[in-house]
Amino acid sequence: MTRTPRARAAARSGVRDDPASAYDMTPSAEGVEQRTLACIVDNEPGVLARVVGLFSARGYNIESLTVAEIDRNAHQSRITIVTSGTNHVLEQIEQHLLRLVPVARVIDVTQSGGIERELALVKVAGTGDKRVEALRISEIFRARVIDTTNESFIFEITGASEKIDQFIELMRPLGLVEVSRTGVLSIQRGKERVG
Amino acid sequence: MDGHAGMDAQEAMDAKGKASDAEILTGAEIVLRALADQGVDTIFGYPGGAVLPIYDAIYAQQRVRHILVRHEQGAGHMAEGYARSTGRCGVALATSGPGATNMVTPIADALMDSIPMVVITGQVPTHLIGSDAFQEADTVGITRACSKHNYLVKDVKDLARIIHEAFYVAMSGRPGPVVIDIPKNVQFAKGPYVGPATIEHRTYHPRTEPAERRIEEAVALMAKAERPVIYSGGGVINSGPAASEALRALAAATGFPVTSTLMGLGAFPASDPQWLGMLGMHGSYEANNAMHDCDVMVCVGARFDDRVTGRLDAFSPGSKKIHIDIDPSSINKNVRVDVPVVADCGKALGAMLKGWKKSARKTPDLAPWWGQIDQWRARKSFAYPRSATIIKPQYAIERLYALTRDRDVYVTTEVGQHQMWAAQFFHFDQPNRWMTSGGLGTMGYGLPAAIGVQAAHPGALVIDIAGDASVQMTMQEMSCAVQHELPVKIFILNNEWMGMVRQWQQLLHGERYSHSYSDSLPDFVKLAEAYGGHGIRCENPADLDGAILEMIDSPKPVLFDCRVEKAENCFPMIPSGAAHNEMILGKIMGDEISDAGKMLV
Repeated sequence: MTRTPRARAAARSGVRDDPASAYDMTPSAEGVEQRTLACIVDNEPGVLARVVGLFSARGYNIESLTVAEIDRNAHQSRITIVTSGTNHVLEQIEQHLLRLVPVARVIDVTQSGGIERELALVKVAGTGDKRVEALRISEIFRARVIDTTNESFIFEITGASEKIDQFIELMRPLGLVEVSRTGVLSIQRGKERVG
Repeated sequence: MDGHAGMDAQEAMDAKGKASDAEILTGAEIVLRALADQGVDTIFGYPGGAVLPIYDAIYAQQRVRHILVRHEQGAGHMAEGYARSTGRCGVALATSGPGATNMVTPIADALMDSIPMVVITGQVPTHLIGSDAFQEADTVGITRACSKHNYLVKDVKDLARIIHEAFYVAMSGRPGPVVIDIPKNVQFAKGPYVGPATIEHRTYHPRTEPAERRIEEAVALMAKAERPVIYSGGGVINSGPAASEALRALAAATGFPVTSTLMGLGAFPASDPQWLGMLGMHGSYEANNAMHDCDVMVCVGARFDDRVTGRLDAFSPGSKKIHIDIDPSSINKNVRVDVPVVADCGKALGAMLKGWKKSARKTPDLAPWWGQIDQWRARKSFAYPRSATIIKPQYAIERLYALTRDRDVYVTTEVGQHQMWAAQFFHFDQPNRWMTSGGLGTMGYGLPAAIGVQAAHPGALVIDIAGDASVQMTMQEMSCAVQHELPVKIFILNNEWMGMVRQWQQLLHGERYSHSYSDSLPDFVKLAEAYGGHGIRCENPADLDGAILEMIDSPKPVLFDCRVEKAENCFPMIPSGAAHNEMILGKIMGDEISDAGKMLV
């Protein structure tokens, strides 16, 4: 799993000898973990800026972020954020999100065992064996070819982020040109609406 | 074609049908009507191009009084002072661009101290937004990070609802400042007015009732406590007078000692024998030691601010902590607590009192704990060397308190040494009597805040305990005080230094006093007279009482130039990076602060 430089620094800061203060209170015993949070928000102007601003103002990480309106009549959007931090930081993130006036609910997707999916468009250029190999691997990953020329493919692939990471790594030696990813989407299992 | 025209007609009929229920007003009229319907009697503002329609509407009505300030920052702090002293929502009004940016400091100040405030700003007309128009600034963008919430009103149809909603958001849950940015064309446009009764917020419904289980846990913990302490904060004051009553009742029932943050002074009477004085960096020896050695801490409406906790890993190491806060994000933010109670302070305190009275358990004897506290008290940590020739700043505040304590008195402060001395030596028995900038630490807060308090309490004695440096930051509001006949008393402890900066330079930077001397100070007496106020200077301790009485008796705003000891330091002090039981009591030796501590503010 890749981490932002900031998350790596936060993880490293577990070892320090100076006295802990309000300014450097990353608790040493806890490890940094990744978590996916879904926020149901009023779709009003500036709501995304509020959420993003909260993360930058308080020094939290955003590893990925996806947002779209989910209910036009109720003016509600769902923002799925993949973030990382210690348990303490993650709890604070949740509470600070709830403090924002247009945030209706926050769902901890990771802890409540939700489903996470991401979509990626992957452009691979090449000829000969490499081209054949790229197509063969794409079938294993159930990626779809959505554009093709004599020297390139564009694959559409959905799945967990790790699966997409893996696919991209396999494409790299086969002529990977560029990648576009949606970031993580999430939903809860079962028949209930959760949150 | 026909179908299309038919729909238009239908829509027109709908609009007419709705319109007939609601009064149609211009946006500017809606603003004034909504303010009046919210019970606002006074607003503080400054006109400009983008709010001219609102000023036209102010001209045409009598229900809302407008206090003309001299700088928008003054308007914001006045609204804060008004809010803090009344428990109501303060309202400030400014134009677009520089008007709005000048308002940023009070907005941030109100956010840090949880002061309910609605700030209305003008904006360039909607079709010019984004064009770098004259006096255009991205007000909602700029204030997003420093307000509780903000709105840009693009359609006059939303205006009345947004204003009522803004008051609801500002006053509910943890209070805070809400900004409403209104483009000029929206102020001119006509739209329906709706009253406050019909407004309900879609998503924002903060929880105020405590969970029963948490109250039971808290009471059980308190009942076993041998060395308890109640640590109360500004939240108790924000919650309203009932919360202060509940705090007093709980303290009386339990016999627990009570300390408070800077923001919480007055919620518990300073004259009560259970009062330990303020805690924190410049708090009393007994309060800080009680916090350090306690076994059960009841934190109510306070947020474990770094000025209070000192070194976190040495903060009250042996205690179980109960934390009552209306804002769940305050809980476990700086300090891990054992019993979190998310609730309105007053309701939680009331429930705890009920639970305490119900529990028939035999509680431990607190006498040994009080014996220990009395030993700490005997250190008399606020004592200072007296002088017959020079006015000691502490003495000045002691006399000010002694000569005003029987009056209807409100005190504001600026930020610095004088603020700490005021907190140590002026004593409050009632909430809402003490207005100070705690979280943001805004120099220049006190003078305008005092004007705001005076506007709300015309007959009261309102004193700004000031420093010579801070007071110059918003001195122009003397003109406002004179114009509106708001006879605030600005009591300046003039030591010719930015005293707290000088103290820290002495403590941390080898006595290299870089730019902390107030050179070229104005003659405050002449300055007062220039503004049309009354100026008093006092340099001799023997003259002080008479001069203070002269200040109190003056019907005008007063600048009181109290010349005090120049090199006095504010003690006791917990140096940065130190623990509660490592206080400096009297004299600076030069090695108090570790290298790590020097990094802190």
